[in-house]
Amino acid sequence: MNSKNEKRMLWVSQMVRIRDHHDQAAFAELFDHFAPRVKGFLIKSGADASLAEECAQEVMATCWHKAKMFDPTRASVATWIFTIARNRRIDILRKERRPEPEELTWGPQEEPDQAEVMVIQQESDLLKTAIDQLPKAQQELIQKAYFGDLTHSEIAEQTGLPLGTIKSRIRLALERLRHAMK
Amino acid sequence: MKMENQIKHHLSDDILMGYAAGTLPEAFNLMVAAHISLCDTCRARAESYDAVGGSVLDGSSESASPMNSGSFAATMTLIAGGELKPSKPVRTEDSILPGPLQDYVGGSLSDVKWRSVGMGVQQAILPTSKAASARLLYIPAGAAMPDHGHHGTEMTMVLQGAFYDDDEYFARGDVDLANADLHHTPVADIHEDCICLAVSDAPLRFDGLLPKIAQRFARI
Repeated sequence: MNSKNEKRMLWVSQMVRIRDHHDQAAFAELFDHFAPRVKGFLIKSGADASLAEECAQEVMATCWHKAKMFDPTRASVATWIFTIARNRRIDILRKERRPEPEELTWGPQEEPDQAEVMVIQQESDLLKTAIDQLPKAQQELIQKAYFGDLTHSEIAEQTGLPLGTIKSRIRLALERLRHAMK
Repeated sequence: MKMENQIKHHLSDDILMGYAAGTLPEAFNLMVAAHISLCDTCRARAESYDAVGGSVLDGSSESASPMNSGSFAATMTLIAGGELKPSKPVRTEDSILPGPLQDYVGGSLSDVKWRSVGMGVQQAILPTSKAASARLLYIPAGAAMPDHGHHGTEMTMVLQGAFYDDDEYFARGDVDLANADLHHTPVADIHEDCICLAVSDAPLRFDGLLPKIAQRFARI
């Protein structure tokens, strides 16, 4: 296991500590890493510094409150926080609500299989590596796409991303969840 | 909601990536959310595009902006104040409308406020931002869909019944994608009245919604 992946697994365990023990020290570590990134993301998307600060705090507070909704067999902590920040951005900058799909109502398992958790965290790592290896210009376009600067047709040109096998891994996780419900 | 395992016509990559990136108009987001509610394949695809966003966020140390001093304490105070979330609308078990559509209809299928657009076809425009439009269409079995022209991107998803478009068959959960340069006249399957969600990023043209050719024909 490389150090980046150790970091991912560490964040997953911190989420569990926040969920189970309301662990402030674990939360502080997540906060130090992600809050400035979320704030930067919101500024890039057009929020001024004070709005971005306020919203980054709200996003992190949501991470705390919704810790039990985080499913480490389907996403990395970074991905999960990204989706919360993105939804908040749509809310504050566009003043729109964002339609969300039906959740898998039975929710994440309390004690997910560690091997399944590991596999998705590793996939996230592979994805990051694949993106890091793209030409600089394309990396910048991907960042622009996600930080809200590209139009739909510009995004359409960016869809040949090296997603690898993460899709099929998530698909498997969904199948297992549905199976567990039966 | 029961999963549909027979879905053959899925959302496109650019739409799913746009949904993950948060750049689609609200009506398109509604289409994606409704489809994903029925389709685990596209849910997994969308979540893998979320993972790209996670990767970008994680690697964004250059654009990261330091939090103010006292920010952590302020966040803990925020947390102590309890969860601030708008009350979520109640979603019920509805065999036709997936949860996200229930939110926009304000209830179940029986709460849809249909308006006739002629020839037995009815529609209900859903309240989204103006950048794109979303509406439910009710097309009697065997009838042609209203010819409304395509000026932008349009997606139509079957919720009940089925329709043919050219030689392709679209059943519940299937999405028919049409672009400006595409001419098509979907026809509802004869066996059952067809209910669809249609979204378009072209301005709604009410006059064009009247079927030009008022023909009903059976298709076996």
